[in-house]
Amino acid sequence: MNVLLLVIPLALALGTLGLFAFLWALKSGQYDDIEGAEYRVLHDD
Amino acid sequence: MCCTDMALAYVEAHAAWSEANTRPSLGRDYAAFVSRAADGAARAEFAVEGVRCAACMTAIERGLADLPGLAAARLNVSDRRLSVTWQPRAEADIAAVLAALEGLGFTAQPFAPGRASDAEAAEAKRLIRALAVAGFASMNVMLLAISVWAGNVSDMPPENRDLFHWIQAVIALPAAAYAGRPFYEGAFRGLRAGRVSMDVPITLGVVLTLVMSVVESLSGAAHAYFDGAVMLLFFLLIGRVLDQTMRRRTRACAENLAALRSERATLAEPDGGLRDVPLTELVPGARILVRPGERVPADGLVEHGSSELDHSLVTGETAAVTVRGGERVFAGALNGSGALTVRVTASAGASLLDEVEGLMRRALEARSRALVLADRATRLYIPLVHAAAALTLAGWLAAGAGWHAALLDAVAVLIVTCPCALGLAIPAVQVVAAGALFREGVLLNDGTALERFAQVDTVVFDKTGTLTLPESTLCGGTITPAALEAAARLALSSRHPMAAALASAAGPVEPFPGAQEAAGLGVRALVDGVELRLGSARFCGAEAESAAVLAAHPDASVICFRAGEGAPAAFPVRQALRPDAAEVVATLRRSGRRVLILSGDRSAAVEAVATRLGVVDWSAGLTPQDKIARIEALAGAGHRVLMVGDGLNDAPALAAAHASLSPVTAAHVSQAAADALFLGRSLVPVLAVLAAGRRARRLMLQNLWFSAAYNLVAVPMAAAGFLTPLIAALAMSGSSLVVTLNALRARATTPRPDPVLPDGGKVVELPALPSAGGVA
Repeated sequence: MNVLLLVIPLALALGTLGLFAFLWALKSGQYDDIEGAEYRVLHDD
Repeated sequence: MCCTDMALAYVEAHAAWSEANTRPSLGRDYAAFVSRAADGAARAEFAVEGVRCAACMTAIERGLADLPGLAAARLNVSDRRLSVTWQPRAEADIAAVLAALEGLGFTAQPFAPGRASDAEAAEAKRLIRALAVAGFASMNVMLLAISVWAGNVSDMPPENRDLFHWIQAVIALPAAAYAGRPFYEGAFRGLRAGRVSMDVPITLGVVLTLVMSVVESLSGAAHAYFDGAVMLLFFLLIGRVLDQTMRRRTRACAENLAALRSERATLAEPDGGLRDVPLTELVPGARILVRPGERVPADGLVEHGSSELDHSLVTGETAAVTVRGGERVFAGALNGSGALTVRVTASAGASLLDEVEGLMRRALEARSRALVLADRATRLYIPLVHAAAALTLAGWLAAGAGWHAALLDAVAVLIVTCPCALGLAIPAVQVVAAGALFREGVLLNDGTALERFAQVDTVVFDKTGTLTLPESTLCGGTITPAALEAAARLALSSRHPMAAALASAAGPVEPFPGAQEAAGLGVRALVDGVELRLGSARFCGAEAESAAVLAAHPDASVICFRAGEGAPAAFPVRQALRPDAAEVVATLRRSGRRVLILSGDRSAAVEAVATRLGVVDWSAGLTPQDKIARIEALAGAGHRVLMVGDGLNDAPALAAAHASLSPVTAAHVSQAAADALFLGRSLVPVLAVLAAGRRARRLMLQNLWFSAAYNLVAVPMAAAGFLTPLIAALAMSGSSLVVTLNALRARATTPRPDPVLPDGGKVVELPALPSAGGVA
């Protein structure tokens, strides 16, 4: 059962990473223009 | 979906206004639109018209990159706004940006986002952050909770179960503290104001669930309800975010429209110079110049000049009013023939606008006291839930159960009744219905208006600009095609609004070179040695013809034409009915609704329109007070009135009516008072909002009844002590899902009756509506 003490914190840490990545993306304005983003991804400049 | 496409349709429909926008402009002052960052870099925003695809975005951003001093240009495709940043200490040359955009084929206007929209954007971000945290927490807590549920029916050792409960607590407690803040704050605000809002049972439910779960974990019990608390927050936040998104989108559209309308005033400087300024810069005492074809930008007194003003947007009166020095003019009046110098007056208590605003405030207060469906549901729901919980506690105590067991079951009642479905039942329908209306060209100002639209049994129309189109068109007259073409070519050189009607009557024509506008009289041009004149009856020597035409068309105005010394011709010009007005009015009457016309215009003009539409109840020459009195009398007789109007004089009536609708060409004050705005030349949106309102109300009621039925099953179970966390989780997510799916049915579009021309009987093309794109 000791493996739980390793795996659960690991899973939570990964999840938290995802959460903070989302919050960062939100803060840096990546969700401000959802329609534009789908076109910008195709530009090579 | 694209709000600026709608703006385009709107601008096309009002060529007279856009013409004023595209004329070669004076040295304009844009300082009000520029904001400076901390490092001194200037920044400005533009509302851009005509962006349709990815190529437009690239064209704009690359096209602007070469401008001197420019640091970055970024186009937001979702709300059609361009944000431009200059290098630190560089001069912010807005005119250069506008010229570059013009060269690329886009019309743009600088744009000053209001403070309100900043606060709203911050609130939206806060809600999304809370939603992200609640979503993260519910996923992880559920992962552990399901392990416990599985462990409870197999061989999980108690110490592992306790460990899992404590990990859940570590995730759920901080997450609930953060993500629940919008609800906790709402509950406190409400309580301090002496109101019990829906936030109170939510807060109570979440806090009690968490406290009970911690107590249960401490005692090593088999069940804890951390998952229920965070899942509840997650679902409720989805409802809040949807609600916020809808309101923000509507506001962004309205702001773009306002910017593209580009309402400016021409300031006459003391040294004789002229300067274009935004309306916000006008102060009392400023002298402004109003040229022919422009709208009067602010209330004031005429200093010099005389002209004929069209007050149709102010009072509904279609006959031109002559003003001279010393007389008062009102914002929104359209200047006809001569240039006026106007001194802006402070909003003195006697001005028409103040009077209208006073009446409107009173009417809006009355409306805000009216209860909407959500309030009524909350009022019923809160005492019932709390009574059920109290009864459970008392019942178990009376039956001899211990305090611990009795409290546990009482809290279980609170958890299971937590208004998951109730919190989504109404906003979900509002968002979906508003999206569907948006695609039909209706912008909803207020989500609660939907249910009010559903109850309407009487429809009151204003005439000018509502039943009729806001711009004038030629209406009959006996004219040879050659004379009409010559008159139309001449009309192109005039800024007079009546000339615009003539110019559009003859199809595409070129203006005569060398045509000259004689201020206050008309236009003349020398063609092949013959002098052509277009203008007032006196200017063309056509008094007799003009009087004859006026006798035949009592609701029209007259514009005259004369070639050399030949026989003069008089053209009757009036505001034509919207193409499908008769059909819409007939449909309303067929559906059993009473239709009235309340107009500020003169009796003859109103009677002509009422007869053509077959409306028996009409009144003319009404003041704003008269209109509001009529609406209140109808309401007093038990009718639910929908007011459709556009003028400044309609604003109090719009606010007083049970529900209200304005065309997007309406005066500002009226737009603010109306529940919804519609775009385009068709009157069909009146039917669309009524149908959408009925559908939305039906779905809301279904959702509310479903929530009630769900509670009828769940509460006895919880009170009896059968509620395990598994059942609570299934019931909560299941009911939310059912309610949301049901709300999606509000997307169904209204079947559109074929609009038929009142006289010709032929089917006309509807104006191009924005392409159907996703809304939320």
